[in-house]
Amino acid sequence: MRTVFFLLMLVLARPCLALDAAAVGKLAFGDADERSAALAVLVAEGDPKMVALLEALSAGDVQTAGERVLIVKGDEATDAVTGAKVTPLPKEREDVVANNRLRREIESALSALKLLSPDRAARLAAAQALATGAEDAVLPLVKKAMAQETDPAIKPMLELIAATLELKGGTKESRIAAIRRLGDSNSPNTKTLLMALLEKDREGRFAETDEDVRAAAQASLRAVDGKLVWGEMGGLLFAGVSLGSILLLAALGLAITYGLMGVINMAHGELIMIGAYTTYVVQNLFRAHLPQAFDWYLVCALPAAFAVSALVGMVLERVVIRWLYGRPLETLLATWGISLGLIQMVRTIFGAQNVGVENPSWMSGGIQVLSNVVLPWNRVMIIAFAALVLVGMWMLLTRTRLGLFVRGVTQNREMASCVGVPTARVDTLAFGLGAGIAGLAGCALSQIGNVGPDLGQGYIVDSFMVVVFGGVGQLAGTVYAALTLGFANKFLEAWSGAVIAKIAVLVFIIIFIQRRPQGLFALKGRAAET
Amino acid sequence: MKRRTFIRQLALSAAVAAALGASSVYAQQKTVKIGVLHSLSGTMAISETVLKDVVLMAVDEINAKGGVMGAKIEPVVVDPASNWPLFAEKARQLISQDKVAVVFGCWTSVSRKSVLPVFEELNGLLFYPVQYEGEEISKNVFYTGAAPNQQAIPAVEYLMSKDGGGAKRWVLLGTDYVYPRTTNKILRAFLKSKGVQEADIMEDYTPFGHSDYQTIIAKIKKFASEGKKTAVVSTINGDSNVPFYKELGNQGLKATDVPVVAFSVGEEELRGVDTKPLVGHLAAWNYFMSIKNPENDAWKKKWADYTKAKKLPYADKPLTNDPMEAAYIGVYMWKQAVEKAKSFEVAKVTAAMAGQTFKAPSGITSKMDEKNHHLHKAVFIGEVKGDGQFNVVWKTKGPVKAQPWSPFIAGNEKKVDEPALMATKK
Repeated sequence: MRTVFFLLMLVLARPCLALDAAAVGKLAFGDADERSAALAVLVAEGDPKMVALLEALSAGDVQTAGERVLIVKGDEATDAVTGAKVTPLPKEREDVVANNRLRREIESALSALKLLSPDRAARLAAAQALATGAEDAVLPLVKKAMAQETDPAIKPMLELIAATLELKGGTKESRIAAIRRLGDSNSPNTKTLLMALLEKDREGRFAETDEDVRAAAQASLRAVDGKLVWGEMGGLLFAGVSLGSILLLAALGLAITYGLMGVINMAHGELIMIGAYTTYVVQNLFRAHLPQAFDWYLVCALPAAFAVSALVGMVLERVVIRWLYGRPLETLLATWGISLGLIQMVRTIFGAQNVGVENPSWMSGGIQVLSNVVLPWNRVMIIAFAALVLVGMWMLLTRTRLGLFVRGVTQNREMASCVGVPTARVDTLAFGLGAGIAGLAGCALSQIGNVGPDLGQGYIVDSFMVVVFGGVGQLAGTVYAALTLGFANKFLEAWSGAVIAKIAVLVFIIIFIQRRPQGLFALKGRAAET
Repeated sequence: MKRRTFIRQLALSAAVAAALGASSVYAQQKTVKIGVLHSLSGTMAISETVLKDVVLMAVDEINAKGGVMGAKIEPVVVDPASNWPLFAEKARQLISQDKVAVVFGCWTSVSRKSVLPVFEELNGLLFYPVQYEGEEISKNVFYTGAAPNQQAIPAVEYLMSKDGGGAKRWVLLGTDYVYPRTTNKILRAFLKSKGVQEADIMEDYTPFGHSDYQTIIAKIKKFASEGKKTAVVSTINGDSNVPFYKELGNQGLKATDVPVVAFSVGEEELRGVDTKPLVGHLAAWNYFMSIKNPENDAWKKKWADYTKAKKLPYADKPLTNDPMEAAYIGVYMWKQAVEKAKSFEVAKVTAAMAGQTFKAPSGITSKMDEKNHHLHKAVFIGEVKGDGQFNVVWKTKGPVKAQPWSPFIAGNEKKVDEPALMATKK
C-alpha cells in the first residue's frame, strides 16, 4: 500500500499524464527485442501507470483491442496509455503473452523501482528479489538506491547486487573488488557468476584473460562453496528425516498389528489407503458445505481417518483374523485377499483414477532457512505429525490400562487371561488401534503424494521392511529403522539416482536380515523365547 | 484369401445396397468392432482415461452420422491397468477374440513395444496417439503423436534461444523406461552437436509412480548453481508429475530461474495441481487447449457437451490436450481411409491412409505422410499460466514432417522411413 502512495507522490511531482503510447504499443505488439527496449523506455519514465501496466502484463491481464492496449481485470478495463476507464468492453480482444524473458525483465525492473520506497519491508523484499538475479538494465537504479540507503540489513545486499552487475564490465580494480565482495555471499547465484569467470572454452583457454581476476574469483568461489556445502548437507538431512517420518507413519500401525500381535496383515496398506480416501471425502464435504473453513479441513479429516480405518480394522479382526490366530500362512493369504477386495471396493466407489486432495494454503510453499535450502511446509508438518503420533502411541502403550493389557496379552496370552484380562476384546481394540494409526498415516500421505486405489501397495513392502529391520515387537526399533532407511535412501539417491537407491536398500535389507534375523533391536528375556 | 475378400466385399456391397434400398433397421444391425486399449487404472490412468473417452466421443459422432460405410461402430473397451504385459494380452484378445478392425490405444512406449509383436503377428492395426521417441516404424501402426523432431528438438532449440532464456546447462530428467531413455539419448547427441559439453548435461531417472522428488529438486538446484543458465527437460510420465510439480512449487524453483520443459505434461496432468507457483514452466506439444481457432472452439464445445451428457467425472472442468487431439484425428482418419478403401481389411486401409488429411483442432490441416505412417504436425511451445492452461510463446510456421529415425542416433542414416520397405528388408 505504501509503495502505491509513494509512487503516487512520484506522479504528483511530474507533469506527465500519459504513458509513452509508442512504447506501450511496442510492448504489446512488438517482437521480443522490441518489447525489451520498450520496457526500458517505460521504466525510465517512472510513471505509476507503468507499474500497473507491468504488473498486469506479468499477471497476464493485458489485452489488445485493435490498436488499443487494455488492462482487463474481470469485467473492467482501463486503457493502458491514458489510464481511462473503457466501457463497454470491446468484444474482439487478444491476450498479450509475456514469456519468461519478459517476465524476468519486468520483475527485475519492478523490484528495482521499489528499492527507492520509503517502506523498509518493501525495500528489503525488493533487494531480496534482485539478489536472486538482476538484469543489467537496473544497475543505475541500484546505485542510486545504494547511495540513499541507510538500513544496515539492506545496504550490504545492495552492494552485493551492484557487485554482481558490475562483474561484467568496469575496470580491473572495480571488478576484483566486486569479486571479493561476492565471496561474502551465501547465495547459489553468486556461485554461478563466479564460475562463469573461471570458464574455459573448447580449446581449454580461459574466457577471462586477466589472471588476477581469475585468482580472486577462485578464492571467492572457495569461500562461497564452503558456505553452500552446509546448506546442501542440511537439505539432504531434512530429506532423510522427511522420508523417515513418512516410513515411520506408514509402519507404526504395522508395528502394533504385526510387531506386537504377530498378525501378518497384508491389508495394512489398504487401511492407509482408506485413511487417505476418508481425507478426500472430508475435503469434499468441506468444499461443498464449509468453503470458508476449507483451510482447516485436515483438523476434521484426522479423527475421521482414524475412526474409519479403525472401524474397518476392528471389523476385519472380528470377522476374519480372530479365527486365524497362530496360523500365519492362512492369515497372510486371507489378509491379502481382503486387501484385493478393499482395493476393488474403493475402485467401484470412487473410480480407478487418482482423486485430487488439495493442500490447505498453510501447507503450501516452504520456508527458506538457508540461501540454498527451502523446507516445504507440508513435509515439515508431516515430520511434526509423525513425532506427535509416536509420542501418543507410546503414552497409550505405557501409561494407560489398555496399553498395559495389550502388552500383557501379547507377552503371555494365557496368563493375562487367567488374571481376568478380556483377551478377545483387547485383541480387537489393539488391532483397531493399529488400523487407526494406518488411517492417520493415510491422511498425512494424501498431503504429499497421489491418492488412488493402489496407494497402499506402494507402502506395504516399505512398512514390513521397517518393522522387520527394526526388530519385531519393538517400538523403538521401528523408529530407528524408519529413520535409518530414510537417510540411507536419500543419501544413496543423491549419490546414485532413485532407481539404484531403491535396489541398493533392498539388497542391504536382505543381507542384514540374513545376518541378523531378529532385526536391529532384539527382544530380550522370556518374551523372546516363546 | 482372395476369394474370401471377394465374398466379403460382395456381402458388404449387398449390405450397403440393402441398407440404402429398404430399411434403416438393417443398417443398424451391421456393426464393425474397434478396440480401445488404454489404462483406466494404475499409474498411467491419469493420462490415458481421457483418451478412451475422446475415442468414444468420436465414435458416437461418427455413429450419429451413419457410421462407417453404413456400419455402426461398436467399441470394445478394455483396461490393461498400466501393466505392460497385460497390454499384449489384451491386444491379442481384441484382435483374435473380438475381431476388431482397428485398435486405438497405448500411451507409454513400453506398452506400445509390448503390443507391437502381437499386432505384427496377427496383422492388426494400431493407432498410437502420443508423442514418442521414434526409433520404430511398423506397417501395422499409425503414429498420430509427435516424433522427436516434432516436439523434443524444437523445445530444446527454443530454450537455447534468447527468448527461451539462452540455456547452456541441461538436466534431462525422466521416468525410467524406453521413451525417456531414448529421447534423452537423442537430446544428448543433439546438445553435443550444438557445442554443449558433457559436464553441462545431467541425466537422472526415477521409477514409475515415484512420489518423493526432494533430492531430485535439490540436485537440480545444486547443478543450476554450478554454472551457466540451466534448463530442465522433463520426460516424467504418469501420476509422478503431480508430486514433482508440487515439490517444484513448494521448493520455490521459479521458471524465470530454471525453466522446466515437459514433454508428457498437458492440461490434464496439471488438473489438481496448484499452478500459481509454476507459472512460466513450459510444455512442448502439437496442440494446446488455449489455441484460438474455429475448429478448436467447436471441438472444445463438443467435448464439454459430451462430458456433460455422459456425466464423466471431469464434466465440471472439461479439459482437452494434445494426445486427445491426436486420438481424435486418428479415429477420423481411420474412418476416411476405410471409406476410401471401401474395406475394413488392414492392408487396404493401410494403403488408403497415405496422404489422408484432417482439419485438426490445432488449426492446421494435418496430413498423414504418404510413406512413413506419421502425421505432419505443427509444433507449439507453451508456458503454464496460473489457471493451469498454457500460453503459446512459440510455434512453427507450418506443419513439420516427422523423422522417426532421428539423425542424432548413430546408424540411423541407413534406415528408410517407409514401413513397406522396412518389411521387405527384414
